[in-house]
Amino acid sequence: MVAKLLPPRLLPSGDSAVTVEFSKNIDDAANQRVLALDRALKVAAVDGVTETVPTYRSLLVHYDPVRIDFDTLGAKLVVLAEAPMPAQAALKARRWRIPVAYGGENGIDLEDVAKHFDTTPDAIVAKHVGAQYRVAMIGFSPGWSYLSGLDKSLHMSRRQNPRIMTPGGTISIGGVQTGIQCLAAPSGWHLLGRTPVRTYQLHRDPIFLLEPGDHVTFVPIDAKTFVEQDRAAEHGEIIAELVAT
Amino acid sequence: MSKLVVSSIGPACSVQDGGRHGAERYGLTPSGAMDRLALAAANTLLGNDPLVAAIEIGPFGAAFTARDGAVRVALAGAPRSADIAGRAVAFDTSMTIADGETLTLGFAKGGSFSYLAIEGGIAGEPMFGSLSVNARTGLGSPYPRPLAVGDELPAKTANDGPERRIELPPRANGPIRVVFGPQDDEFADDAKALFLDSEWKISATSDRMGYRLEGGPPIKHLHGHNIVSDGTVDGSIQVPGNGAPIVLMLDRGTTGGYPKIATVITADFGRLAQTPAGTGFRFKTITMAEAQAEAKKFAQLLHNLPDYLRSLDRTELNIDALHDANVAGHAVSAVDVATWHPPTSH
Repeated sequence: MVAKLLPPRLLPSGDSAVTVEFSKNIDDAANQRVLALDRALKVAAVDGVTETVPTYRSLLVHYDPVRIDFDTLGAKLVVLAEAPMPAQAALKARRWRIPVAYGGENGIDLEDVAKHFDTTPDAIVAKHVGAQYRVAMIGFSPGWSYLSGLDKSLHMSRRQNPRIMTPGGTISIGGVQTGIQCLAAPSGWHLLGRTPVRTYQLHRDPIFLLEPGDHVTFVPIDAKTFVEQDRAAEHGEIIAELVAT
Repeated sequence: MSKLVVSSIGPACSVQDGGRHGAERYGLTPSGAMDRLALAAANTLLGNDPLVAAIEIGPFGAAFTARDGAVRVALAGAPRSADIAGRAVAFDTSMTIADGETLTLGFAKGGSFSYLAIEGGIAGEPMFGSLSVNARTGLGSPYPRPLAVGDELPAKTANDGPERRIELPPRANGPIRVVFGPQDDEFADDAKALFLDSEWKISATSDRMGYRLEGGPPIKHLHGHNIVSDGTVDGSIQVPGNGAPIVLMLDRGTTGGYPKIATVITADFGRLAQTPAGTGFRFKTITMAEAQAEAKKFAQLLHNLPDYLRSLDRTELNIDALHDANVAGHAVSAVDVATWHPPTSH
């Protein structure tokens, strides 16, 4: 008999949603449990559950209170969340290789980030490219993918003055996270580069490229390649490469 | 095929339906009609499904002209002056705009959003099952932006069928009901009491993303105002660093990093959405069981709206009286939805 995992907290979020909280912090183990519960809930196909939103530390479960009430759903969620997680190898996460043009006009903060850590831009890029990331959550705006797995030596607090607008495709770091931003948006993170990959694109199949739980590595490209690939991506090419596992 | 042409329009007018669901996990905001009951009433008047797309009209005026044939439409939601070619028309009724005539709408009175539904609905290309406009992400159809002068909405050519009116049960006018959570434990009991005991007003800087509240004291956090971002819902009441709550509305970000003290119940969301900027109101906490009972009643009301349709006999109709009654019915009502009983026959 395998030991049950610690139960999550059930936080009421109005009459039609419940937040299943595993941790208050950015915590890799908690995120794994969030994603595992998300998968388990999909398999269990609980009647009345309408939509789920995985985040770093909790799973938001939307439901129809006409079909299931808070107590009944809560009990089911706790049972699913306490079940031991399948081994990582069994999960078959998709692996993406995503091209990034680092520095220059594509990553206006790379030099400053290097100065902050008393090293060279190349060393920062090598560290950023060297890690394997997991999509911990997608939120804030369409396709904005928060990745866990940033090298500890790149952890750095956000900018004092957030920028009013940063370009679509920006690859940036903030706190303990790195992220892929799809649309132009305000941001307080440090901009390292840009990818031609659109994680969200209307009239393309699929509209959303990444799923929470997917694995991501970055591949450096030069500014000229960025321009070429960006044009192709604009016409609906996917650009990102799915690595066979 | 006729069409409805936008001949004048204020800001905050856009095509909205029941919302875009199933893609919040990708960061896609739900959007949709701010007052779902009013959208459903307007659609029901025309025999449309209750939550198909209609035109959401913000606090300012607008005018629409029928071209290439007559267009049947219906009005519900925040009352305002309305006329077709100078003849006054009433809210909560269907009406036919003859070819070349213009429906002119004034400023909203006693609310913020009115709904103009078109017989047969609005034709467009749904995205995640919805035509709702979200201007920031370029979503929505037939125009992925608020409506502008000259925009054309294709419409079924109206026949000579009878017009109808709908008698909606009066809305509650007491405090906006909430359930505590998900992060009410980030606030001390006296901060929670202050939140409930204070009179709040919606700030003029509010929009479809969020209603900023003012007029009350700052609501202090126990452990600071930063939490690790988690999911938001319609009606999440988040409290940022300055202690002034923001109610997240339908164009909200799908995740947020401020503690959320409470959540507006589904049955009262439209009522909050219709509360004009500057009008004082209070919150009241109820239990989850009570909130879910209210949600069920609200779903039932939406489902049973055809039962509230009445024929509109032109010979007996006093448009002005009906209009005044509607205005008054929305602005003041002594009947609480919680105690209201639907008619058993009609």
